[in-house]
Amino acid sequence: MKDMQPDARRPYVRPMEGWWRKNPFFVRYMARELTALVVAAYAFVLLIGLLCLAQGEAAYNGWLAVLRHPVSLSLHAVGLVAMAYHTWTWFEIMPKTMPPIVVHGKRVAGHVVTAVGVAAAIGVTLVLFLAVWGIKP
Amino acid sequence: MRKHSNARSNAPIFWALFGAGGMLSALTGPVLVFMTGIAIPAGFLLSPDLMSYPRMLGFAQNFIGKLCILAVVVLFLWHAAHRVFKSLHDVGIHPGPASKLACYGTAFAGSMLAVYGVVAVGF
Repeated sequence: MKDMQPDARRPYVRPMEGWWRKNPFFVRYMARELTALVVAAYAFVLLIGLLCLAQGEAAYNGWLAVLRHPVSLSLHAVGLVAMAYHTWTWFEIMPKTMPPIVVHGKRVAGHVVTAVGVAAAIGVTLVLFLAVWGIKP
Repeated sequence: MRKHSNARSNAPIFWALFGAGGMLSALTGPVLVFMTGIAIPAGFLLSPDLMSYPRMLGFAQNFIGKLCILAVVVLFLWHAAHRVFKSLHDVGIHPGPASKLACYGTAFAGSMLAVYGVVAVGF
């Protein structure tokens, strides 16, 4: 960070603090990037569950008790909203992040890519939920 | 003229892990959070028994179960690590060895623990 060091000339550096709050587009951008923290947090919740499972029944039941706690349930509800926002934004920006797809010599429109992605996510959601739903007791 | 290095960049690897984790979490993240974090613990729509110790042990000891656990934990972590690493720039923390180590190092440590976990849980 050479450019951040104090300089005898004291050049004017435009402050960048809170730059993204001034434009709704960048607020959405920051919200989208922040979903990564929720994805990481959820991975750690599962990782801790796995390590507890490897420790034995008592440790695992302790982890389950934490999951049943109202604080955990509330945090997961917030996480669910963030995760759904991640899903939507992931496919919303997909037309820009993916190389163009050409079908019959025509480039597939961006909104079609987004719609197919969201439909796939809804399909996977239903299949996984129904698969778990159908597990016999 | 700048001399071009023949050494390959490691960026495509991190980008690929970011993309794979982003896609997997976009497709499965919401329903997984709902089922493991809300529905099953609260007994809402799904039975709490679905995540009982014997059931989860059986799942984690199954080869395909191990692969599912590893895919979710490892890819979610690398997706998040790459996105946070790139976004730190936007809040004034410029990319450097320290932020790179913090982000990718966390994902690496978590991945190693996940590998340890699926082995330690038995077969």
